[in-house]
Amino acid sequence: MSIPLADLGLILPELLVVLAACVLLVLDPITPSSKKDFLAWMCLGTLVVCFFISAGGMGDRTFAFSDLVVVDSYASFWKLLLYLVSGLTILLSLGYLKEEKIDLAELYGFIMLSLTGMMIMVSGADLLVIYLGLELMSISLYIMAGFKRFEAKSIESSAKYFILGAFSSGLLLYGISLLFGATGSTRLSEIAMAVHDRGLNDPLVMIAMMLLIVGFGFKVAAVPFHMWTPDVYQGAPTSVTAFMAVASKAASFGAFLRVMLEGFGGIKQNWSGLILGMCILTLILGNIVAIVQTNIKRMLAYSSIAHAGYALIGLVVAGWLGTEAGVASQGVSSIMLYLAIYSFMTMGAFAIVAILRRGGLEGEELDDFTGLAKRHKGAAFLMMLFMISLAGIPPTAGFIGKFYLFMAAVNAGLAWLAVVGLVFAAVSAFYYLRVVMVMYMCEPSSDQECETRLALSPAVTIVLACAAAGVVFLGIYPGPLVSVTSSSALLLP
Amino acid sequence: MAVSSGGFPWITLVVFLPLLGVVAMLLAKEEMAKWIGFGVSIAVFFISLPLWIMFNETTPAMQFVEKHQWIVSPSINYAVGIDGISLPLVLLTTFLTPLCILASWTSIETRVREFMISLLVMETATIGVFVALDFVLFYVFWETMLIPMYLLIGVWGGPNRVYAAIKFFLYTLAGSVLLLVAIIVLFFSSGANTFDILAISQSAYSPTLQAWLFWAFFAAFAVKVPMFPFHTWLPDAHVEAPTAGSVILASVLLKMGTYGFLRFSLPMLPDASLLFTPIIMTLSVIAIIYGAYMAFAQDDLKKLIAYSSVSHMGFVTLGIFALNAQGIEGAILQMVNHGITTGGLFMCVGIIYERTHSRQISDNSGLAKPMPCYATFLVIFALSSVGLPGMNSFVGEFLVLVGTFMWSKFAATLAALGVILAAAYILWMLQRVIYGVQSESMASKLFDMNAREIGMLVPLVLFVFWIGLYPKPLLDVMHASVDHLLQKEVRVMTVENPKPDNTKTFLLTENSVPASSQESRIQ
Repeated sequence: MSIPLADLGLILPELLVVLAACVLLVLDPITPSSKKDFLAWMCLGTLVVCFFISAGGMGDRTFAFSDLVVVDSYASFWKLLLYLVSGLTILLSLGYLKEEKIDLAELYGFIMLSLTGMMIMVSGADLLVIYLGLELMSISLYIMAGFKRFEAKSIESSAKYFILGAFSSGLLLYGISLLFGATGSTRLSEIAMAVHDRGLNDPLVMIAMMLLIVGFGFKVAAVPFHMWTPDVYQGAPTSVTAFMAVASKAASFGAFLRVMLEGFGGIKQNWSGLILGMCILTLILGNIVAIVQTNIKRMLAYSSIAHAGYALIGLVVAGWLGTEAGVASQGVSSIMLYLAIYSFMTMGAFAIVAILRRGGLEGEELDDFTGLAKRHKGAAFLMMLFMISLAGIPPTAGFIGKFYLFMAAVNAGLAWLAVVGLVFAAVSAFYYLRVVMVMYMCEPSSDQECETRLALSPAVTIVLACAAAGVVFLGIYPGPLVSVTSSSALLLP
Repeated sequence: MAVSSGGFPWITLVVFLPLLGVVAMLLAKEEMAKWIGFGVSIAVFFISLPLWIMFNETTPAMQFVEKHQWIVSPSINYAVGIDGISLPLVLLTTFLTPLCILASWTSIETRVREFMISLLVMETATIGVFVALDFVLFYVFWETMLIPMYLLIGVWGGPNRVYAAIKFFLYTLAGSVLLLVAIIVLFFSSGANTFDILAISQSAYSPTLQAWLFWAFFAAFAVKVPMFPFHTWLPDAHVEAPTAGSVILASVLLKMGTYGFLRFSLPMLPDASLLFTPIIMTLSVIAIIYGAYMAFAQDDLKKLIAYSSVSHMGFVTLGIFALNAQGIEGAILQMVNHGITTGGLFMCVGIIYERTHSRQISDNSGLAKPMPCYATFLVIFALSSVGLPGMNSFVGEFLVLVGTFMWSKFAATLAALGVILAAAYILWMLQRVIYGVQSESMASKLFDMNAREIGMLVPLVLFVFWIGLYPKPLLDVMHASVDHLLQKEVRVMTVENPKPDNTKTFLLTENSVPASSQESRIQ
């Protein structure tokens, strides 16, 4: 069987990223340890090239490998976001790994491999391809989570993630096989037709669909499939946590939306209620439990659960029965916008946590932020900016993200859901502002006063500058991003 | 129906000049921050004066309008403009900010630069709220204001500042939750798919929808005013905030709530406003009497003034929902008056606090002898707060009471009781502070006011008497806009409630509006 060259051209970015990962793994043993940074810059260069390739290909919708892979604006949008986030993660890791004394260039390789998996996920038009991508992403992440291999917490995080992740992958695969039994195919387009023919409330399809929802619910950390999140986020190296919280969530949402809307678009009434329940539970639990956290990484973990809840509002809108196609795609585009904005603010928050890590002293407890404004004005100000944005208060980008989600919800006649979302946004302000309060309104203890060093490096400065610029710029002038997301949302029937 | 700014972006300049000042502060040395802050805020004040000078009093249309596209889909504009309702409030803000900076000249010793930055960001946000003509823009300014105020209270406040700051923040944020949903709902129900405040005001909505939206708006605005029973954050915030924070909070922030009622609730939801008037009036009367009653019991000067604010803001909401020209004009005037008088009182408390480091009346009594000049100012502001004829509050309260009287004699009588109570608690406070027995331990710390302190109170005193004796220039500004506002209200009353026995207000209001009610207005 020959592979047409044109198809290979379509997955050129994926090939480049894999190539970079392989080259890196080959070069790593023969590179002197003082030159390891070079490998990271090589990955960054690859990402930049891929960025331009994917950006150039926006607008077309092409299938490749006999409909296994689809390259459309929707996939390209997620890919662009993923390149950006991966690039920021690599930059963040540059300094952080040295600080943690786990300066191994393999991490960059795993980031690239994981990225490949994510790209395959968002581009997959076949459930098995999506599964393939999901596994590649997850296995790389399991390893990355345990990268601080001298620390029990990191190992625990990795093991926990692996066991629960494997379990959820199993459920996902089981769902796929049941669906194959019911519809005779794993292609989304053929599944859509077969599901339509079998009609509503078909038991086999329903069970398969629920298993798929559980599998994806696990990956996007939606309640009640969120249990792994806090422990894994807390134990993993901070830059990896940032990567998991942002990239893995974005890619999972990308695939989740495509599967639900392209595969099960015909039986919306069978799943929109489930997603609605998941959405509300996620909003409630994520925001309430975040209040009692004293560890910043755990708090951000629950906040990332809560943000998954907000994003799910968009999916509820897209799946709500009786919404017009225009409104439904508004729901999809508002999720894309939300997650893009979420990426900036969450990356920024984790970057601050990472630079507070001062030689052996964890910068991860809330107490470590006490009086930060006295010691490091800049860091405190940026953290405040990210917290305000996460709480969704204007004029930051977080507000714009929530605004578009709630617009979509009200447009679909779900004004009450917007009210629920906003009530919990107000709740979330409490724990986000507590960080601000600790930084600005509490006096640092005497030993904290002596500790003045920040783990700053030029690379981290770039990450912080990018995140802050994104949060401010998208808050004040979101126009361009809004038009990109609305033009690249899924085409819905 | 909008008058363009004629090319020169006056309002944009007034709104964003403070932010330029922030940039300048970041670049300059810390010691310069005060001077830059003061200079910029004075400049903003002088730039805002032409708004008044060139203001056309004959038209209710928005003036100095600027409109630029901000976001294409959905259509959100950067649209600003002022009319007779917002102009006085904009001027009040630009007038008070430099005085606030003067008031914090020596009392703020730590992180001066950040303090000044917070103040200037506040100024931008509050002016933005008053001039925004796009609902999303309004909401952005409305929420933005929370952050600098949170920091002002929480960083530079008193011992219990963290609690007060978070309480303030969460209370007001929770209040505005429903506001955003209401804004989005209005976008879809106005039929025009627009956030343009003027366009939204012109559409008609079904009474059921109006009722929902009214309470959504109410939640946001009533917390901000604050109306009884949503006032509990106010005493905490006032007591803990630094002087400048208290002044801004009392003089400008509270007005954002009443401004919201005037700009949004009345014109957009006329049926609901009419329907729920009795409830709002009842709450207002309760606020007037309860606030005054609580003020009696306070030994902390700031708390006393805070509760008197609750009482005085009750007059403002009372006037607004009387739904007639006297009531509304009185309410707007009272908004300005309260800003000036309470601002002055808080500054007076700040001055004495700098000396004795106590706000307790028992620690600060018998000031007439050591601080005669201070005593004079305190008496002026206190009497103005009571509503002594010849001073500003008298005019406002009188108009409000006249308006309320037309709505209900009973409500007006009860509200008038509030004036008497105010006289009682204020005079009692004066008696103790000015003529009480001087506390031994404090005697050495008392010295009279310096030039800076006199300088920041004199402008306020001038306004106290100017508005008290000759309020015409301010009232003239409002007439056209208030009449326009009421026309819609009257239309609703005539269409919806043709039976005169249903609404006594209807007859009275309708009679008073077309005639422009020259007689009953104070000229």
